[in-house]
Amino acid sequence: MIEVENIHKSFGDNHVLKGISTRFDKGKTNLIIGQSGSGKTVFLKCLLGLFEPDEGNIYYNGQCYSELSAKEKRNLRQEMGMVFQGSALFDSMTVEGNVMFPLDMFTNQSLSEKQDRVDFVLKRVNLVDAHKRLPAEISGGMQKRVAIARAIVMNPKYLFCDEPNSGLDPKTAILIDNLIQEITQEYDITTVINTHDMNSVMEIGEKIIFLKNGHKEWEGTNMEIFKTDNEAVTDFVYSSELFKKVRQMYIEERN
Amino acid sequence: MKYLEAIGKYFIMIWEVFKKPTKWRIMKTLIFKEIDELIYGAMGIIIFISFFIGGVVTIQTALNLTNPLLPKSLIGFAARQSVILEFAPTFTSIIMAGKVGSYITSSIGTMRVTEQIDALEVMGINSLNYLVFPKIVATMLYPFAVAISMFVGILGGWVAAVFGGFAPSGDFIQGLQMDFDSYHVTYALIKSVVFAFVIATVPSFHGFYMTGGALDVGKASTTSFVWTSVVIIIVNYILTQLLLG
Repeated sequence: MIEVENIHKSFGDNHVLKGISTRFDKGKTNLIIGQSGSGKTVFLKCLLGLFEPDEGNIYYNGQCYSELSAKEKRNLRQEMGMVFQGSALFDSMTVEGNVMFPLDMFTNQSLSEKQDRVDFVLKRVNLVDAHKRLPAEISGGMQKRVAIARAIVMNPKYLFCDEPNSGLDPKTAILIDNLIQEITQEYDITTVINTHDMNSVMEIGEKIIFLKNGHKEWEGTNMEIFKTDNEAVTDFVYSSELFKKVRQMYIEERN
Repeated sequence: MKYLEAIGKYFIMIWEVFKKPTKWRIMKTLIFKEIDELIYGAMGIIIFISFFIGGVVTIQTALNLTNPLLPKSLIGFAARQSVILEFAPTFTSIIMAGKVGSYITSSIGTMRVTEQIDALEVMGINSLNYLVFPKIVATMLYPFAVAISMFVGILGGWVAAVFGGFAPSGDFIQGLQMDFDSYHVTYALIKSVVFAFVIATVPSFHGFYMTGGALDVGKASTTSFVWTSVVIIIVNYILTQLLLG
């Protein structure tokens, strides 16, 4: 579980995060949504420890990040997995090398143990015959799956995903969303996903927080987002005619 | 002010490079990979340039020694001094700043742009140690490349002198041996160690702290080459004053 308490972050005069407080529960897919420039990425980077908040605290299972020693912070980071927007796979390594990388760096396992673990996670993300291929030789969807495999290979307690299905076709995007949700539930991970993909919001948004101009404007579930009267949320989520009709139908059905 | 800030940031980066080392088993592999890329991979161009620079220095010296009272051995002497003191360590380093430096900036810069450095940081890895330290260790072999450059440069001079008809082989070799001071080789090798450090770290700095996209990687490589060359020229002056002055 991650608890965020009134965090602020500025870059020069630009006050990006203006006092965000929330809680991300274990075993759930938590989504951060909002328009471009709303502070989603900065918020996610604060959660990852890549940016230090100017004010406020972040607690990981009750441990306050700012009070941890450098060594404790490093250890905590080893409990985090991250899926970057562009996958961020190491170009010079094969798929297998990329997934094995955290095991090489942080464990003293034998090669066969590492190999078994890599085979297991690659199988888990439905990639069985891409071990020896380079990231440039596989599709965007496969790269995302490799990134997920690399993120979960160390059995993380926290999984962060920045726009995990951007640039993917709708079918692959849903597969990736479902895969993240399955993994979250299967391994009881606290997952936080930064997205502005409305399919993801509807499909896997067990908890959603909506950011606007650095503030938390709204929070709720994917069911509650249908019913909300918050104008900023409805303007953002139901910006397309299709979604407006879907919402209208849902409300009429409920009534 | 901007330059002072950059200099401060550079020294902080150097400090970070030596903190929290990566596992030796991994680091060893990275060092060998960098030796292959940065030293072995650059040997071809170093040998090529050194041979022809040695030849050109010899021809120019010969063409300027028109007084019949001056012995032909001076051609060998001048070629040796020029190659050992300046051309092999400094000229080769400027070439290396272009070849190796731009490779370092673009490879680290691309990792920055594609969030690979963020991926390392998120995993709790000291990305500066992981990326820059093996490059520093690999370039510490650069004095060997400079020694080869000296040999090939002088060989190029001998070929130009003998086959160009500027000096007989015996006279040229006599000039090479004339008043030889081994400290000059030491001086050149000390310089090359410092230049190697500059070639590994200044381009790494420009790659690591770059911002923007793919176009900015190209810009950073160019800026890195300019600044690496400027630093080499300034350091060359200071070291010459300190070691020979």
